[in-house]
Amino acid sequence: MAHTIRTPGIVAGRLEKDVLAENFSDLHPPLDAHEAHVAADRCYFCHDAPCITACPTEIDIPLFIRQIATDTPLAAGKTILEQNILGGMCARVCPTETLCEEACVRELAEGKPVEIGRLQRFATDALMAHGPQPFSRAAATGKSVAVVGAGPAGLACAHRLAMHGHDVTIYEKRDKPGGLNEYGIASYKTVNDFAQAEIDWLLDIGGIDIRYGRALGRDVTLEQLSDAHDAVFLGIGKPGVNRLGGFDLDGIRPAVDFIADLRQSDDLATLPVGRHVVVIGGGMTAVDAAVQSKLLGAESVTIVYRRAQADMPASRYEQDLAASNGVNLMFNAQPVSASGAGAVESVTFEYTADNGTGLKGTGEKFDLPADQVFLAIGQVLEGAPEDLSREGAALATDPHHRTSLANVWAGGDCSATGEDLTVTAVAQGRDAAEAIHKSLMGEGGPTNG
Amino acid sequence: MADLTTTFLGITTPNPFWLASAPPTDKEYNVRRAFEAGWGGVVWKTLGEDGSPVVNVNGPRYGAVWGADRRLLALNNIELITDRPLQTNLDEIARVKKDYPDRAIIVSLMVPCTEESWKAILPRVAETGADGIELNFGCPHGMSERGMGSAVGQVPEYIEMVTRWCKENYDKPVIVKLTPNITDIRYPARAAKAGGADAVSLINTVSSITSVDLDDFCPEPAIDGKGSHGGLCGPAVKPMALNMVAEISRDAETAGLPISGIGGVTTWRDAAEFMALGAGNVQVCTAAMTYGFKVVQEMISGLGDWMDRKGYARTEEFIGKAVPNVTDWQYLNLNFVTKARIDQESCIKCGRCYAACEDTSHQAIWMKEGRVFEVNDAECVACNLCVNVCPVEDCITMERLPAGQTDPRTGQVVSDDYANWTMHPNNPAAQAAE
Ligand SMILES: Cc1cc2nc3c(=O)[nH]c(=O)nc-3n(C[C@H](O)[C@H](O)[C@H](O)COP(=O)(O)OP(=O)(O)OC[C@H]3O[C@@H](n4cnc5c(N)ncnc54)[C@H](O)[C@@H]3O)c2cc1C
Ligand SMILES: Cc1cc2nc3c(=O)[nH]c(=O)nc-3n(C[C@H](O)[C@H](O)[C@H](O)COP(=O)(O)O)c2cc1C
Ligand code: SF4
Ligand code: SF4
Ligand code: SF4
Repeated sequence: MAHTIRTPGIVAGRLEKDVLAENFSDLHPPLDAHEAHVAADRCYFCHDAPCITACPTEIDIPLFIRQIATDTPLAAGKTILEQNILGGMCARVCPTETLCEEACVRELAEGKPVEIGRLQRFATDALMAHGPQPFSRAAATGKSVAVVGAGPAGLACAHRLAMHGHDVTIYEKRDKPGGLNEYGIASYKTVNDFAQAEIDWLLDIGGIDIRYGRALGRDVTLEQLSDAHDAVFLGIGKPGVNRLGGFDLDGIRPAVDFIADLRQSDDLATLPVGRHVVVIGGGMTAVDAAVQSKLLGAESVTIVYRRAQADMPASRYEQDLAASNGVNLMFNAQPVSASGAGAVESVTFEYTADNGTGLKGTGEKFDLPADQVFLAIGQVLEGAPEDLSREGAALATDPHHRTSLANVWAGGDCSATGEDLTVTAVAQGRDAAEAIHKSLMGEGGPTNG
Repeated sequence: MADLTTTFLGITTPNPFWLASAPPTDKEYNVRRAFEAGWGGVVWKTLGEDGSPVVNVNGPRYGAVWGADRRLLALNNIELITDRPLQTNLDEIARVKKDYPDRAIIVSLMVPCTEESWKAILPRVAETGADGIELNFGCPHGMSERGMGSAVGQVPEYIEMVTRWCKENYDKPVIVKLTPNITDIRYPARAAKAGGADAVSLINTVSSITSVDLDDFCPEPAIDGKGSHGGLCGPAVKPMALNMVAEISRDAETAGLPISGIGGVTTWRDAAEFMALGAGNVQVCTAAMTYGFKVVQEMISGLGDWMDRKGYARTEEFIGKAVPNVTDWQYLNLNFVTKARIDQESCIKCGRCYAACEDTSHQAIWMKEGRVFEVNDAECVACNLCVNVCPVEDCITMERLPAGQTDPRTGQVVSDDYANWTMHPNNPAAQAAE
């Protein structure tokens, strides 16, 4: 082996191939049929179940679990996918500990919820392995809708529109579909190229045409889309990243770029990573960048978050995942400067405190050695037409996901109601499709303007 | 420390746990190991008449009902009586009995319904030194088609007749094993008593089909595409067995007739329940077939532990203690008024009580803001369904309304007088009596 975990600088091949393969295998291996039975039996089939309310796509969880328990996993899969066409991905990536499983009454009862996520995966895997999707298109309506962005929001919207018989054209900036399912989600949550397999399966419904390498604002304008289609849905996510002034030495980059490289790599042994990695931020992106750096063979990885642990956006479960992989977590420290001769060598931080008047530096500083620094301090909306109203930095929408323009809807991360969750993007894409359908077919729905 | 030594029909064994006549007691090898494991006695696998032994099927002989995690809730079998030569069994019985004088060996028998057949086998059994015999009038499959087993057990006159033959031709205790596949268990029990039986044992297996293969459309277990009914045993049959034991215990004609309780005994608690309903000891088959002979260790320690807690030094002190409390519906106190009470502290807000009461009971549970479930006393009939479906033990309990309080459902003041249906004004018979 050319390199080890102690090789200085940013290099590839710190770990043997088989170790890498093991490190990046399924985080939660699939349940086998017997395990699924046992897990399903724990569900109480609650009345007006709180887990359903907690799911942004409102999957009928007790029903699908009972369908698993009674040996009809395909029916279970259908129950899930009727509400959430990316139910397979959501089963893998949802932070269930803050969604359905947090609300599960068995969490309250004994601190051990029904394993809803893994059961959902069992059912959706069974259905997808079984063959084509169980949904088909209604008679053609002759209407056409432009969907911008082939991420979870755009795909969910496109699928629901196709089901209703509309023709959909997706305009996607990149040359692959999936959005962050393909470029963002941690590798060990979606192994074996599941993201693309799921999209192929989804697109099988027909009536969805994807144009790759077509960016709104660069290759096509909103006016052109409005002219060519009866309605427009924007699901462009937050393609930009927040930057940190003074942090521009070599070796410093946005965490999402590193993660995208990692997700697109065919051979992780060729992917370089630092010996000492520092990740600045406190969300899921920070955790994913840190954990995957460690799994690639970085000797030390430290996440530094400027607020207290209790304020960290990454769930306690994610924090524990990081810690159990050997990532150091530091709280109440903000970045001051990066130094090094050409490439970064160390980062200076200042401790912070919040005494009720906002977060302030305490004056006390410390340095961390770093060959590589990942900035995970937030993604931002970029490329959305200026004439759409904003709420904060994101697109303003009404409760039916309509923007300030009557023929334009938006959902997912680009919308002010997005929650930076795959499942929320799916829910909003689906609901926007229903609203568009109503509007196109003249079934009421408020017309803005 | 409680003493589990139990004497049944004058046979004293170190504990009341016997293995029922079935595969666990099929041969010397098993029975020796069972005694080493601690079983108090065995009823040897049923012997048939001399000559060519019966043959069993060569395909699967068991079907099953499972709970989650494949917990075996019931077993169903189409096995016949022993398929080993009579003399081999008798020799083995004699050898084992000699080596284990403190354990019971009862020999289960099933021969054709003629006096000569019984007269032929009884002296040979007596020679083994076994402690008694059990007449298998229970097997519901195979043997019954040949006029034995439950074919005898379903006709009280035959039971009485065969029992009498045995009493006349055998000196030691005669136990009659009853089939549950009848409408009223008291008739065969009375017949056994009339024939002179020293005891009855019950239940044998319940005629059953455990499942149907929906690909082949064949009952399980399938033998070359066909199935026949088998006999059900294990935890699922316990409630039926308990009732039958209780019926015999409290029947005026059979009261006092010793009973060996069988059917789904799986833990010490099951055994204690059978004994509380009047069984002098219990027999176990499926629990041993599921978990091996070692289960008896839990039964022994559990029963002893419970007896210590309750202050019973010997098993006689609690045998039959529940019998006086088994009564007929018409004598139940109608002035015993209770209401469901939900403990909000332990409630986990699953809503099962609500769904059950709202959809299928008396619409007596409110679901309030924030998933708070409360009982509406004005509708609650105290049926207990919510208690039964609630996943949290003791979360819902039944509270008795004290005398003097008004039941908001009926508007009547609760009385602490005892009043049952025989005295109720709506009962025409009661009115006629006035
Ligand atoms: C590193 C990371 C890890 C994450 N992990 C999880 C997780 O474990 N679980 C979870 O629930 N969520 C996770 N998230 C969040 C989740 O991925 C997003 O909330 C979700 O993908 C949002 O979906 P979307 O469709 O709104 O946007 P995106 O997934 O961002 O998709 C937007 C699509 O639009 C395209 N696009 C952008 N601009 C244009 C344009 N101008 N013209 C045309 N196309 C354009 C993009 O190329 C992309 O394909 C993670 C996010 C990141 C960054
Ligand atoms: C495979 C099998 C074979 C049995 N064979 C006999 C038998 O030969 N004679 C008999 O009296 N009962 C026989 N039984 C019935 C048992 O003795 C017992 O009455 C019944 O299984 C109920 O007890 P349990 O619930 O503890 O199993 C058999 C039961 C099983 C499962
Ligand atoms: S809350 Fe938990 S137990 Fe209740 S239905 Fe949902 S998964 Fe089942
Ligand atoms: S006892 Fe019966 S009637 Fe009363 S609340 Fe419970 S389920 Fe309803
Ligand atoms: S069934 Fe029990 S735990 Fe569930 S809501 Fe009712 S009282 Fe609460």
